[in-house]
Amino acid sequence: MKWLPENPNARLTVKLTAVVSFMFVFAIFIMPPLYDAFCEITGLNGKTGEKYQAVDVKVDTSREIKVQFVATNNEGMPWQFGPEVKTVTVHPGEQTRINYLVKNTTGRDMIGQAIPSLIPYKAASYFHKTECFCFNQQALLAGDDAVLPMYFIVDQDLPKYIKTITLSYTLFDVTDRFSEEELLSMAATGPITLTAEQ
Amino acid sequence: MAHGPAKGITRWLYTTNHKDIGSMYLWFSFAMFFLGGIFALVIRAELFQPGLQIVEPNFFNQMTTMHGLVMVFGAVMPAFVGLANWMIPMQIGAPDMALPRMNNWSFWILPFAFAMLSSTLFMEGGAPNFGWTFYAPLSTTYAPPSVTFFIFAVHIMGASSIMGAINIIATIMNMRAPGMTYMKMPLFVWTWLITAFLLIAVMPVLAGVVTMMLMDIHFGTSFFDAAGGGDPVLFQHVFWFFGHPEVYIMILPAFGIVSAIIPTFARKPLFGYSSMVYATAAIAFLSFVVWAHHMFTVGLPIAGELFFMWATMLIAVPTGVKIFNWVATMFKGAMTFETPMLFSIAFVILFTIGGFSGLMLAIAPADFQYHDTYFVVAHFHYVLVPGAIFSITAGVYYWLPKWCGNMYNETMGKMHFWLAFIGLNVTFFPMHFSGLAGMPRRIPDYNMMFADWNMISSVGAFLFGAAQVMFLYNIIATIVSGKKATDEVWENPEGLEWTVPSPAPYHTFETPPEYK
Repeated sequence: MKWLPENPNARLTVKLTAVVSFMFVFAIFIMPPLYDAFCEITGLNGKTGEKYQAVDVKVDTSREIKVQFVATNNEGMPWQFGPEVKTVTVHPGEQTRINYLVKNTTGRDMIGQAIPSLIPYKAASYFHKTECFCFNQQALLAGDDAVLPMYFIVDQDLPKYIKTITLSYTLFDVTDRFSEEELLSMAATGPITLTAEQ
Repeated sequence: MAHGPAKGITRWLYTTNHKDIGSMYLWFSFAMFFLGGIFALVIRAELFQPGLQIVEPNFFNQMTTMHGLVMVFGAVMPAFVGLANWMIPMQIGAPDMALPRMNNWSFWILPFAFAMLSSTLFMEGGAPNFGWTFYAPLSTTYAPPSVTFFIFAVHIMGASSIMGAINIIATIMNMRAPGMTYMKMPLFVWTWLITAFLLIAVMPVLAGVVTMMLMDIHFGTSFFDAAGGGDPVLFQHVFWFFGHPEVYIMILPAFGIVSAIIPTFARKPLFGYSSMVYATAAIAFLSFVVWAHHMFTVGLPIAGELFFMWATMLIAVPTGVKIFNWVATMFKGAMTFETPMLFSIAFVILFTIGGFSGLMLAIAPADFQYHDTYFVVAHFHYVLVPGAIFSITAGVYYWLPKWCGNMYNETMGKMHFWLAFIGLNVTFFPMHFSGLAGMPRRIPDYNMMFADWNMISSVGAFLFGAAQVMFLYNIIATIVSGKKATDEVWENPEGLEWTVPSPAPYHTFETPPEYK
């Protein structure tokens, strides 16, 4: 490598500095995506995938899967938040709708974000959502409530030993991340349109 | 070229001399050792009895955090770098470090880093209180405002360590005396070479993880925030990817020091030199594939638990090689028990105990009980205090006569050893019991059932602290008014450092020695 300095100490310094820079970049820009990819493949942190395009498949009526729904408020999130029904039994391949009910019990306009987590981890990549309130933030004006729908399909290829899937949503207060205008425009379109469409 | 040190304060500010910089590193780390020790004594004073007596819980948390940070980054690491500065050029027959100006810089940024870190104690909201491992979101969403100062302090410490490591690698690879091949280098040089590579690999990761915290706190990213699509568990992976090699950064140079001292006082050459080198390299390699054993309870898949459990247990093999080599070196040797040797033997015994409790913690299913209890505290204090601190102490007693030309007071050295040895065991051994009984880490108050063990631990801690004051006194007395030491200091010690006069002249090996 001709462009390296002649002095052996300087040469070595340049090379080692390159390693240092690489490791710094590795930590910030490579490790997090790598971790996300790893989690997505293994379902490790229970994160469910992005919006799913339903494919035409036969419903496997020979199997019944129990799907349980859990809702948690993150610390400091005052909204009322919970599923309409706690458990449904579905066949793999069939699309099912379930509703979460949410109410902003406070006197101020707020934005919430629901983050899913699913167990068993192995089932995470077999749980498809065709529509979900968790894909967006939900803005609710003071005292407002909403019905938040979620459509899901359990994949036919779900391993045989899995009989029960538990889907948990944690609701975070993300009001601080948005401006007042963003909040109002979000509240104007928000969850209500989604329910109206179906 | 009779060129002595400059006069006055500028000698220290502008110096590029490896001995001056080594001394400054050692004094700095000694000061940090006492600062971190005071924090530890605040902790032990509060835990003397159950209930809250002396400090507020939040201040208690600041003490545990600052104790860990100051001891790891302020006391242990700079002490090893100081020893490297003093000894590596003298052991390989080099006139100075390869990059002397960078050497000056890497030392002088350290006091600023620690001034910044310590100043957080006086800030509104207090110092960092999230533990030395600064797990997100404790260190991001719930952190005191001073966390930003903490982040910049860590950046500076990291820069200092990286520059130190580059310097050490360049010195060892390019400046060895003719005839000194890699496999003839003293083990302290070898272990430091490997340590320096570990530093190069992982200190940037530490810088990366605090940078991600900084961005999460101030720039709206969500690396570790679940609400924005991030994952707090990612923090633990990145942190421990740094953190586990860091553990070996704090112990490998210790192996080198002990490997220098034991042969001298056993009057036998080191047993199994090459296996020592390979074992060190193996430990360094394995340190990169065991990080998740710190996180067995976060919900790893079973395959992950098994892999990290076995990989962790595998480290016992090269470590065992080292322990057996030291024992074999002492076997049938004509042993004498001067202070450096006492500390080294205590190192071998107590480090082994710490290693065994590490093996217990490595068992993934058992770790679910031990996790975040005082058993963990007992474990890592058994490897760090007799490991890093005792070896540094041994190294200081061993080489101090070479540095300052005077012999230390042997009686006081032995008293220091026995007080420290007893104090250490009285402090940390009961923690195994309180930990197994279920006492959690990092709490200012605890169940009555742990009261007896905690009282014993606290008594031991103050004894250990008193022993270190005696150490300080002994060093100062040696420098000021010690008996003249001979050039060889010990009986037939091995290594080029003993071929120069005592005290070592300001410049040594300006013409490289011939190494047989």
